[in-house]
Amino acid sequence: MAAVSGTAAVGGERLCGSDIPTNPPLLRRILTKFIANEVRKVGVERVVVGLSGGVDSAVSAMLAAEALGAANVLAVKMPYRTSSQESLQHADLVVARSGINSMQVEITPQIDAYFQRFPDADALRRGNKMARERMTILYDQSARWKGLVLGTSNKTELLLGYGTLYGDMASALNPLGDLYKTQVWALAEEVGVPGEVVHKQPSADLWVGQTDEAEMGFGYREVDRLLYLFVDQRYSRQELHAAGFAPSFVLRVVDMVRNSQFKRRLPVIAKVSNRTIDRDFRYARDWGR
Amino acid sequence: MPTAQFTLAVAQINPRLGDLEANLTLYAERTREARRLGADLVIFPELSLTGYFLKDMVSTVALRLDSAEVRQLAALSAKGGLVAGLVEETSDYRFYNSAVYFEDGEIVHVHRKAYLPTYGLFDEGRYLGRGDRIRCFDSRFGRCAMLICEDLWHPSTAYIAALDGALTVLCPSASPLRGITDQAEQDNNARYWELINSMYAQTFALFVVYANRVGFEDGVGFWGGSEIVEPAGARVCKGRYYEEDLIVGEVNLKSARRQRVISPLLRDENLDLTINELMRIRGRVDSTASGPAVVAPPVQSRLAPKPTRKA
Repeated sequence: MAAVSGTAAVGGERLCGSDIPTNPPLLRRILTKFIANEVRKVGVERVVVGLSGGVDSAVSAMLAAEALGAANVLAVKMPYRTSSQESLQHADLVVARSGINSMQVEITPQIDAYFQRFPDADALRRGNKMARERMTILYDQSARWKGLVLGTSNKTELLLGYGTLYGDMASALNPLGDLYKTQVWALAEEVGVPGEVVHKQPSADLWVGQTDEAEMGFGYREVDRLLYLFVDQRYSRQELHAAGFAPSFVLRVVDMVRNSQFKRRLPVIAKVSNRTIDRDFRYARDWGR
Repeated sequence: MPTAQFTLAVAQINPRLGDLEANLTLYAERTREARRLGADLVIFPELSLTGYFLKDMVSTVALRLDSAEVRQLAALSAKGGLVAGLVEETSDYRFYNSAVYFEDGEIVHVHRKAYLPTYGLFDEGRYLGRGDRIRCFDSRFGRCAMLICEDLWHPSTAYIAALDGALTVLCPSASPLRGITDQAEQDNNARYWELINSMYAQTFALFVVYANRVGFEDGVGFWGGSEIVEPAGARVCKGRYYEEDLIVGEVNLKSARRQRVISPLLRDENLDLTINELMRIRGRVDSTASGPAVVAPPVQSRLAPKPTRKA
């Protein structure tokens, strides 16, 4: 783990229920029910999922295979020319283990064609563009395959805003959005994700050698514990300090959560009528289903 | 004379959100199946005729008790009791989260949910009117009370039901799964419910019939696990977690008698003491506030009055 020293909560004040619970068999049962139920009520039987070679998409895909049957899951591998070979191999391991369908769509031509016009674009712009290209491919394949796009974003990255809006954050349904990375790891073992995929350094693979933890500057396990206490257990900042988290770490993470709130909401709509979408026009998404 | 022994079924269904027609069909199918299995009384979950997260659909799925749809439900009770969970529309156009008890083709009792959860993921108080009474009623199956889901999280409701003579508490519920604990086979909300169902059954020496739904609405799952708990706290039968089910169990009201002989807590209940103390507490409570009044200490500012500053 590339954890930054001095931020880990060791020896601080601990209240009851301060550890993130993991109950992989129960999560597996609930999430397969969720996928089967939410997919079928729309009148389809299938899902399509972008398979990166990482643990999150592997868990989503394997849960879907269990919920709907492997034949009803299409995994799409969408490498760019700099994507790691290991990622592709890991994606293939997941396909082989689960028996799901797979296809590969290289995104290099469309990415390079675009950035030829903007050669100065930095790595972040390029990474976000790639994430959005992959999204458009998934939604196109979704229409061809007649399946819903299955999300793979976990609660840690959703809270930190460590994802691309309308890119990897886009999906029709997401079984992992309420699970911290720590919980995804535990679930991965439960559903049989190959060990190589579970135990490697998490990476968005946006550029060569990137790892999430080096880029963010802290480890998933420690930030998960902080987020769990802050979000789920509603600890105040003072209580987080007392629990052993360095004030600078708390401040940074709380800022990341607040500053990325826009990514977790629909675009802001200017209210002019008496009944505005989502403000006073309120219906469940499963309206009539 | 009410029957002391009867067969009770809970239909643990997954209704379609906002689709009355589909859910009426589901009610008819499950009731038929339950009757075939010998059920005298069939209980459906809270709002299971309409779905739970109705939001702005409340007024479009609401039913008047004299509507054709409610007559259809009444017809399902021609051969025994039936409890339905629906949105009730009154003649002055109010909407309630109601449980309706039918017997022999007639409405015998309606309970309007008195405690509407409006916190966390719940928004009932925004869309529905609040019921203002808890009354037992006599049925072919003895004296019953209906309490809907959150009602039972307020101990006063079960207490009132017990003192009003209930031998059976029927609790239609739409309880969402939430909270995970290491190694439990069900979520935390399910575990808490099981605790209170058993606790109320034993504390008041009566049957608790808990009817929960399953399925997902916008990602929120309902955990099922319906159960019939007898007066000594043991389960007569139990529904599966997270999956549709139809549970059928025998209820013998003499178990309540045996439990009340062993442990005559209800006989010893001192109603005057309770009422007197509640009146005393109510007298202390500011009628405009929802919590106990706090006597504010006199204001003693240590700060000197701030000089007014001119911009």
